[in-house]
This record gives sequence, C-alpha cells and structure tokens, in this order.
Amino acid sequence: MLDSLYGYWLPPDISTHGYQVDRLINVIHWFMGAIFVGWGIFFTYCLIRFRARPGHRASHQLPKAKASKWSEVCVAAFEAVLLIGFSMPVWAQIKNEFPTEEQKPLHLRIVAEQFAWNFHYPGADGEFGRTAPELMAADNLIGLDYDDPAAADDLVTNNDLRIPVDRPIICDLTSKDVIHSFWIPVMRIKQDVIPGMKIPIWFQATQTGDYQVACAQLCGNNHYNMKGDLTVYSAAEFEAWYADMAGGDDEEEEEEDE
Amino acid sequence: MSGEHDHELGFWRKYVFSIDHKVIGIQYTITALLFLLFGFTLMMVMRFQLAYPGTEIPFLAKIFGEGNMPGGLMLPEFYNQLGAMHGTIMVFLGVVPLAVGGFGNYVMPLQIGAPDMAFPRLNMASYWVYFLGGVIMLGSFFLPSGAAQSGWTSYPPLSNINPGQTAWLFGMVFLITSSLLGSVNFIVTIIQLRAEGLTFFRLPFFVWAQLVTAFLLLLAFPPLEAAGVLQLMDRLAGTSFFMPSGLVVSNQVLDIAGEGNPLLWQHLFWFLAHPEVYVLILPAMGIVAEILANNTRKPLWGYRSLVYATIFLGFMSFIVWAHHMFMTGMGTTMSAFFQTTTMIISVPSVIILTAMVISLWGASIRYTVPMLFAIAFLPMFAIGGLTGLPLGLTASDIHLHDTYYVIGHFHFVVAPGTLMALFGGIYYWFPKVTGRLMNNMLGKLHFWGTLIFMNVVFMPMFLQGMHSVSRRLYDQTVYEHGKDVQDLTIASSWGAWCLGIAQIPFIINFFASIFAGKKVGSNPWDATTLEWAAPSPPPHGNFETEPVVYRGPYEYSPPEDPTGFSPQNKAPA
Repeated sequence: MLDSLYGYWLPPDISTHGYQVDRLINVIHWFMGAIFVGWGIFFTYCLIRFRARPGHRASHQLPKAKASKWSEVCVAAFEAVLLIGFSMPVWAQIKNEFPTEEQKPLHLRIVAEQFAWNFHYPGADGEFGRTAPELMAADNLIGLDYDDPAAADDLVTNNDLRIPVDRPIICDLTSKDVIHSFWIPVMRIKQDVIPGMKIPIWFQATQTGDYQVACAQLCGNNHYNMKGDLTVYSAAEFEAWYADMAGGDDEEEEEEDE
Repeated sequence: MSGEHDHELGFWRKYVFSIDHKVIGIQYTITALLFLLFGFTLMMVMRFQLAYPGTEIPFLAKIFGEGNMPGGLMLPEFYNQLGAMHGTIMVFLGVVPLAVGGFGNYVMPLQIGAPDMAFPRLNMASYWVYFLGGVIMLGSFFLPSGAAQSGWTSYPPLSNINPGQTAWLFGMVFLITSSLLGSVNFIVTIIQLRAEGLTFFRLPFFVWAQLVTAFLLLLAFPPLEAAGVLQLMDRLAGTSFFMPSGLVVSNQVLDIAGEGNPLLWQHLFWFLAHPEVYVLILPAMGIVAEILANNTRKPLWGYRSLVYATIFLGFMSFIVWAHHMFMTGMGTTMSAFFQTTTMIISVPSVIILTAMVISLWGASIRYTVPMLFAIAFLPMFAIGGLTGLPLGLTASDIHLHDTYYVIGHFHFVVAPGTLMALFGGIYYWFPKVTGRLMNNMLGKLHFWGTLIFMNVVFMPMFLQGMHSVSRRLYDQTVYEHGKDVQDLTIASSWGAWCLGIAQIPFIINFFASIFAGKKVGSNPWDATTLEWAAPSPPPHGNFETEPVVYRGPYEYSPPEDPTGFSPQNKAPA
C-alpha cells in the first residue's frame, strides 16, 4: 500500500505544518531550475559562438555587463524572500508555537537507544512514572520505576508508535547512549536526539494509516535498521487501543516483575 | 648556480627528503592521487552492498578478511569503516593535499617568480607529517579494532565508544599539523617572495585562491586539533569532555565522569569543516580561472571582483558553520543568524561563477583537454552550489537534512566540481612539470567518461534524498521508501563502477606521458603567467634570471602585441 503512495519526489505529507515545508522545497527547486536553465542557455551560446576558428580573434576589451549585477541582485533578493517569507515563519511555528493544553495534546516521551525507539505513554493519569538510568535492563528499556504510583498505568512500546489523528502530539526526546535523529518523513518532522538533553517537539497527523519512523543520524552498526512503525489511528481506535494496553498488559508485567 | 647545487645532493636528498618545492609538490600530488584512488575504491566496494544488499562476493572475503566480510558478505561495522574512511581519505588525504599541497606547492612559487617557498625545510616537514598521518589512517585498517567507523564527522558519544577511533584521532592530529605548517609557509611566501613588479593586483587568481585558502587552514584547523586532543583524552584518559552523565549503553550504565556535552564537538568540528569546504573549492576555482583565461585567449572578466569575492567568501566561511546543526534543537534566534549568513555566503559564489561565465564572452575558445575540464567545472559547481540552498534554509532542511540529498549536494561541489578542476590542472601543468604533453585522445576519453559517469553517480542521490532515504544506511531497503528508489541506487552504483573504468585512460596517460609524451618548449599553451617563463621542468631555483613583472596576469590578445599574448615578464617595447 505504501508503494502506491510514494512517488519519486517528496513522500506524502500527513502533517498539519508539512505543506509549508513542501511549498518551500518546491519553490526553491523551481527557482534553482530557472537560474540553471537561464544560465545554461547563456553558457552554451558562448561556447558555440566564441569557439576558436580561423579568422576569429578574442577581444581584449571586456564587455560591460550590467546584467550580471542585476542577476546577482535578483538572486540575493529572492533568497531574502525565501528566508524571511518562507523559512523563518515555519521554523518559528515548529519551535515556538507548541499546542496549548486546551487543544488536549497527547504527551509522549521518546527514548532512543542503539538501535530502537522506545515510546513512553503516561496512561490514563496523564503522568509519567519516574525513570532512572540504573533501572534500565533488557526487560525495562527506559528504566521505569514501578514503585512510583504514576508508573502504574504507564505504557511503553518498542519501535511501535501509535497516535491519534487530528490531535496534537507533544514529545520529549531523550537518548540513552549516542546521538540519534528522530525522523518521520511523512510528518515532515526531524529532530536530533542528543544524550544529556531533553528536546521537545510537536506534530499533528491529518490522515490515518501505517507509516515508518526512521533514524537519520549514524548511531552505530545497526543504524540502518533502527526503524519504527507509526500507526495513525482514528480518535476512537486510539482510545480503544490505549485503554486496552495501558490498562491490562502493563499491570500483568508489573506482577511478573514482583 | 642551481646546476652545481643539484650535483651535490644524493638520491635521497634530491628525490625523497627534498626541500625543493617542486619535488615536494610532486610528492604531494602522487601521494594524494593514490589516496584518491584508494578512497574511491573503498566506495566502489560499498556501492555493491548498497545496490545488492546481502549478496556475497566470495573473492572479497579473501581481500578484506573473513572478519570483515565473512563469506564475502559485508558486515555493517565494516560498511561503516569504509564509509568513515572514504570521507576522511577523500577530504583530508586526497583533495586538500592535491589542491593545496600538490598544486599550491608546485605552481604558486613559480607563479610569483620565487626561487622556492619561504621555509623549504618546513615545507618538507609538512609533507612528511602528512605522510605519517596517511600511514596511520591506512594502518588503522590492520589494527585489531579496525578503522574508525563513526563517520568522517566522528560525532561523540558514538565515536567515544566505537572501536577504531583512537588511530583516526592520532592520524588527524598529524594531518592537521601538516596543514598548519603548510599554511604558514604559503602565507609568508606569497606576501614576501613576490617578484619585482608583482603587486597584489597583478597576482594570478590562483595565487589569491591559495592565499585565502592558507588563511582558512591556519585559522580553522586549530579548533579541530584541540577537539581531536579532547576526544583522545576522553578515550584514553577517562575525561568526559563530550560525554554527558547517565549514559546507558546496552542497558549498562557507563562508568564515566560525565557532565560533558556532545554538541561541543559538533561546534568545534564544523568550525573547521565549513571553512574546509572552501579549502576544497577555492584552489579549484583558482585552477579554473587560470585555464579559462589561457584558453579563452582574453583577460578574465571582473578580476578584482573575483579577488574581493574570494576574500569575502573566506571571512563569511567562519560564521556559517552551525547550518550543519539545524536539527540539533536550535531555536529561532540562532537559526535566523545562521540561515542569513548562509544565504549571504551564496552571493560571492554567484559573483565568482558569473565572472567566469562572462569571461567566455568575446573569447576565442580553444577546446584543449584542460579547458574541457575547466568548462565542465562551471555547471557542475553550479548544481552543487544551487542544491545548497534548500539545505541552508531550516524549513526545507527539516526534510532534507542527513539524507542522500546532502550527499548529492556536497559531492557535486567536491567531485564533479573540485575534482574536475584538479584533473584540468593536471593536464594543464603536466608539460611544465615534465616538459611533455599528455595525450589528447586519452585525455578526451577520460574527460567524457568522467563527466558522464559522475552525473550518473550523483544525480540519482537528489531524488533518493527527496524521497527521504537517510544517508549512511548499510541497507536502505529495510525502509519502504528505500525500496521504492532502490533502482536509483543500482544506477548510481553502476555509474560508480563505470567511473572507475573511465579513470583507466587517465592512469595510462599520466604514466606513459612522463616517458613518451610529446616534447614541448617551456610555454606550450602560449600562457602569460610567470611559471611559463621558467624552463620545463624548472631546475632547482626555478628561474634562469630573476623575473621582473610589468603587467597584470591575463594580457591575452592585447591589440598592441602581434604575438597575441603578453607574458607578465615581457619588457614593454
């Protein structure tokens, strides 16, 4: 199904902000194409017209080319438009305009490690349980402290991100070991995950479906395989899954631990 | 005077531990060309895994060892070693030593009419320190830990915990030291040893390019040298300059001091590595300017604006580095600054390229082999430069950062761009070095093969990147979007192998022409700059009589001179 969605240019965009990224990419490429073609025509013309041949002599006198100044000014002006008109507003929106609590965002923690993405959901209480590095183990990848009451309904998934459609998602990104880069191509969101730092991001999906999460930063031998699944559910589907997972399974796990 | 001096020197002092800038230049050129071939070979091996992931090639197991390629299947850690070493070798052991150490050393003193570099022994030291750095880098493949495998950018904490990195850091310290020694020498030589009458605005553009490049090396490399030593301390002395607290690798808490910051490395690294981009491109532009002026048979258009643009480019290159780090969590203020400087730095590049293209107007273009390479440089560099735009704007960089689009972008700058210019330079100055021309037919074969296949290699990468394929993937087909564009990867790989075949005429031409090339006089191209006033090959001490300069560098087709060109040292009638 994915194959039919993906063409040779940009992948589909299922985010609320992504159309602005795509618009900028497309505008720049039209601009680049126009410059290159215009420039190439002049270049090719010169190569043919001014080839060495009998009776033709180069001119020592240099041409007065006012056009070059104008073309340089135009390029600079257009770059200024791209910068101020297109790029900066998108960046400000992504960095500064986080969804407010009235929009009922879903809060998530994403913990990257060699070579997997862990997704930490707070559960029904909306509070994340305490985590600590020394608790991390093969069966407790994010080091969740099960003695913390807030941890009781927490849900942790591995390489399996499930989110509701049309609802803002706010994630805090952290890494256990090395630098990774959290990337959902169809969501037009990419953020390096840097150990020692907690970096918040937000996004909002506009379509349900199955997609992939990628790692964009070389993180070791299995970097190439550090991919996760992204499932965008309808609101009802998500609630059903969330209640089911955060309610039942996790408690069982806890009991097993004891 | 020089002849007698030559006879006193034995073989070792004359050809191996020589202090003559020309011998050192040749040593740099040969060594760097071998490293380029080696670095390219690593990539041709990697391209097989990329095109046909998981396929076994048994004979490669014999070459690279069962530990790296069991049964001929490349392991991811070996793939990462090849990737890190491809980048390191091409940049630090190939292109820079060839452009600066090779061309700079050989041509620059001749072009300014100097008998040698200002500090010949320092020059020799620079080569041998580089050579040691290269031996360490190559030798690292044979260590039990293998070669470095954290990318040429070596971001900690990965590089701090990965095997193979220590040798890489030692190698880098040597390579950086070599560049620092060389750059001091270049600056002093250009400022102090210019021939009588050779004012700054009569310098060939190549010399200007080398001067600005030397300043970039001198000012940008020390932070990376410091960073390299800090990373060595992290690895060997238990410090934590780049290691934050609470690191957990494979669910084991690391026993480290902590409290360091991995981003510090990125700042120090890119503070060098962005100016480094201009270290790669400026000498190439210098070579192209020389070849263009000579083969258009007219002065360069806008010589002064070329010089000013180059100096401005040099300055600006120090304040754009963080555009490599837009995705590290940068806020709006910082990103606004670095996006703006990045857009500004494109302006001098546009000026330089425009001046070169307008120089064609009113020309009488001789399509010699060096000229073909110089002409091809222009559109190839233009593609490389233009595709930098969407990467320099944060919003479009969100999608394109760390994808194949980036790989395509900088390879267009460095491979079809810089390497084309460097090939052109080899064909252009070969008769100066050997007294013989390279073969024209083989040269054209080499040119067309290289131009076509370089585009076959790098063009698909833009589409792959647009289609969201991350860089540095051992096997992109694990992703659905990777599967979609796998046919582009295969095309690119075949392009790389054909590009390898296209270099065979060059290798044959290069060695055969040393012995059997057509013998020519000291100025076969009817050129105006001072290197052509020296005999070919120039003796120790370079010039028979000290040259005096009377005019600018590119007096081609002056109306008053019936010969069609007025060399810089030709006395006015």
